[in-house]
Amino acid sequence: MEFILIILAVMLAVFLGWLLKSSFNVQPWVAEPVDETANQAPMNANAKVVALATLLAVVTSFFALIMSAYGLRMDYGDWVPLNEPQLLWLNTGMLFLASLVLQWTRNGTVSGQVSRLKPGLIVTGLLTFAFLAGQFAAWRMLSASGQYVWSNPANAFFYLLTVAHALHILGGMYVWARATLRVVNGAHPDSVRESVVLCTVYWHFLLIVWLVMFGLLLST
Amino acid sequence: MAYVSIADRDHEIEHHDPQTFITKYVWSQDHKVIAVQYSITAIFVGVVALILSAMMRLQLGFPDTFSFINPENYYQFVTMHGMIMVIYLLTALFLGGFGNYLIPLMCGSRDMVFPYLNMLSYWVYLLSVIILLASFFVPGGSTGAGWTLYPPQAIMPGTPGIDMGILLMLASLAVFIVAFTMGGLNYVTTVLQARCEGMTLMRMPLSVWGIFMATVLGLLAFPALLVSAIMMLLDKTIMTSFFIPAISSMGADPGHTGGSPILFQHLFWFFGHPEVYIVALPAFGIVSDLLSTHARKNIFGYRMMVWAIIIIGGLSFIVWAHHMYVSGMNPYFGFFFATTTLIIAVPTALKVYNWVLTLWQGNIHLRVPMLFAIGFIFTFIHGGLTGLFLGNVTIDLPLSDTYFVVAHFHMVMGVSPVLVVFGAIYHWFPKITGKMYNETLGKWHFWMTFLGTYSIYLPMHYLGFLGVPRRYFAMGNTEFMPESAQTLNSSITLSALFVAATQILFFVNVIWSLKSGKKAGPNPWGATTLEWQTPDTPPKHGNWGHDLPVVYRWAYDYSVPGYADDFIPQTVPPDKAPAGREHGGESH
Repeated sequence: MEFILIILAVMLAVFLGWLLKSSFNVQPWVAEPVDETANQAPMNANAKVVALATLLAVVTSFFALIMSAYGLRMDYGDWVPLNEPQLLWLNTGMLFLASLVLQWTRNGTVSGQVSRLKPGLIVTGLLTFAFLAGQFAAWRMLSASGQYVWSNPANAFFYLLTVAHALHILGGMYVWARATLRVVNGAHPDSVRESVVLCTVYWHFLLIVWLVMFGLLLST
Repeated sequence: MAYVSIADRDHEIEHHDPQTFITKYVWSQDHKVIAVQYSITAIFVGVVALILSAMMRLQLGFPDTFSFINPENYYQFVTMHGMIMVIYLLTALFLGGFGNYLIPLMCGSRDMVFPYLNMLSYWVYLLSVIILLASFFVPGGSTGAGWTLYPPQAIMPGTPGIDMGILLMLASLAVFIVAFTMGGLNYVTTVLQARCEGMTLMRMPLSVWGIFMATVLGLLAFPALLVSAIMMLLDKTIMTSFFIPAISSMGADPGHTGGSPILFQHLFWFFGHPEVYIVALPAFGIVSDLLSTHARKNIFGYRMMVWAIIIIGGLSFIVWAHHMYVSGMNPYFGFFFATTTLIIAVPTALKVYNWVLTLWQGNIHLRVPMLFAIGFIFTFIHGGLTGLFLGNVTIDLPLSDTYFVVAHFHMVMGVSPVLVVFGAIYHWFPKITGKMYNETLGKWHFWMTFLGTYSIYLPMHYLGFLGVPRRYFAMGNTEFMPESAQTLNSSITLSALFVAATQILFFVNVIWSLKSGKKAGPNPWGATTLEWQTPDTPPKHGNWGHDLPVVYRWAYDYSVPGYADDFIPQTVPPDKAPAGREHGGESH
């Protein structure tokens, strides 16, 4: 359980530290005109960014817990390490490129280079679909070679982690699809800017989760 | 000012302005309606759990008397009672009910920042309740694995409900977690982003602090329950071996290869212990506000109270294994968790001292909410002290499987938060409904509940010291238990039935008051917080009329020297003395 504890400690240290800092040197019992309290505004972000950050904390906790369970379970005698398909390297590349292209799209959207928006979103989607298709192919390859989910606890964790990750990507694809459809239908770039920015953060986050997960799978 | 960015976007609220009966009361996106929906559903399912506990007590008090209670359904009653009370009643009511009602009103916003998601949260919660209750009616009945659902027995033959019962329980939990996450994102974001002008973090009422921190805990801890539910579902349905060891069951080999039941315990309690504080922190916050308002005194040590909530929240993640002392853990491991458990008692005790010091020399009005709040201090101290016993490994080992533990956690996590729930409902009833409740009925309800629960749980501690084991359908002829233990058990059952029946007073009061109660003024208690300053009672959609409130002070300006009134609402500017101001309603 050390892994989840470290992850949680970092998240809580940042958040609770911020809360404590915001409450130090404050005299709440002193009534003040509004102008003076304005300086105590705690955050400078919009609601969707805060909601996404909160969601990412939840998802981090979810994956960190599965990986902690992985670490505990692999110490048992029936654990047989899985030979991960080489295809996963290619998939990793796809997801990395998707993240990169989305960042390029996001930068363009924010800086007013709206011509990047449509091709950027479409290429991001294609690369992400390629990642998902690659994951699906990897599961098929494993089951074709007799490595079913129930065959061994290592297999079970492999399928659990990768399927959970793929489902989170699909959740992101829902937002991506809505933004892309609007762009294809000629919506003003301003109307999708926020979605693109948030999608970019989400894609980077899932790339990091994948890299940590892939590293764990390869090293055990 | 970033923190008013959502609260003052009037046009965003108009998007879900209800037009029809359906959009106003059924598919409503108004946080107040959603709060009532959550509360009614949670209380309904809580009554189901109360009836289940009465059935358990009938068996324990009068064994071999009732033919309709057999060992199988006894364990099903125990399991469903525990799970419903902890998750589907208390968590849902404190966060979905009070969280939804109080956060926007106390923070001065028009609604939650994502009203549609908020609405979805309730309906998904209702779905989880329906799935859970459906398990009573499937072949084999609901699961009887105990509320902790420990493997391997939770899914192996010999335990009731190992077919559809356990599957529906796990599915229901997963759906509940989805609902909670949708609600939780809203609560956190609303507190951080939608407070009105002047409502700094350190001016928030402690109710909001408690609900906010409990939501943070829930968002980080519920994934552990989700992960364990998913893994157990896979163990049950496709024969993986996350938790189920190589085992022979009824002479057959089910095919599992060596999973770890202890792994499940770690995951479950990684959720399970923060869950105690998911329930307790909102109760802490609400009781602070009730005490301060009805004692006409500022809360003692507001900053300490806030920091205690934050620190308790952080520490709650590193005490989980004190639920597992009897699992055969490394003694150093036990030592670590005993230490952290005792450390978390420090900020908790600090809160108790501050509540008592808030009452000290206050102008105490023993109205119904105040009675429940003071009752909470008693029961919480009681349950907290026995928690110190059980936090120590050497004391926990002999007591772990006895009724001492049952008495402890019911005092600290059952009775205490339920007293706060009642206190809070009585306190905010005039604002929610626009009617005053019947004070006499309310006082009868309090005294019978308070004294009744003590007559249940005080003797139960003694049963634990005698070594009477929990989880047993019948004790049989056991030499170490004197005859008087059974007599005591019968007495506890009678008390439990009495307390359960007493709750009828509450429902009668609510129904009678809704129909015939006196009209409530906007601020019958002379309270300072924003929800009592709304232009309408009950507040209308959007809460504040045309203009959002502006906050100039904290929520605890009671009996401020030099002022004519004994309270100054948060909306009163510092240069305007409230001389000659009248309270807004009756029964003050």
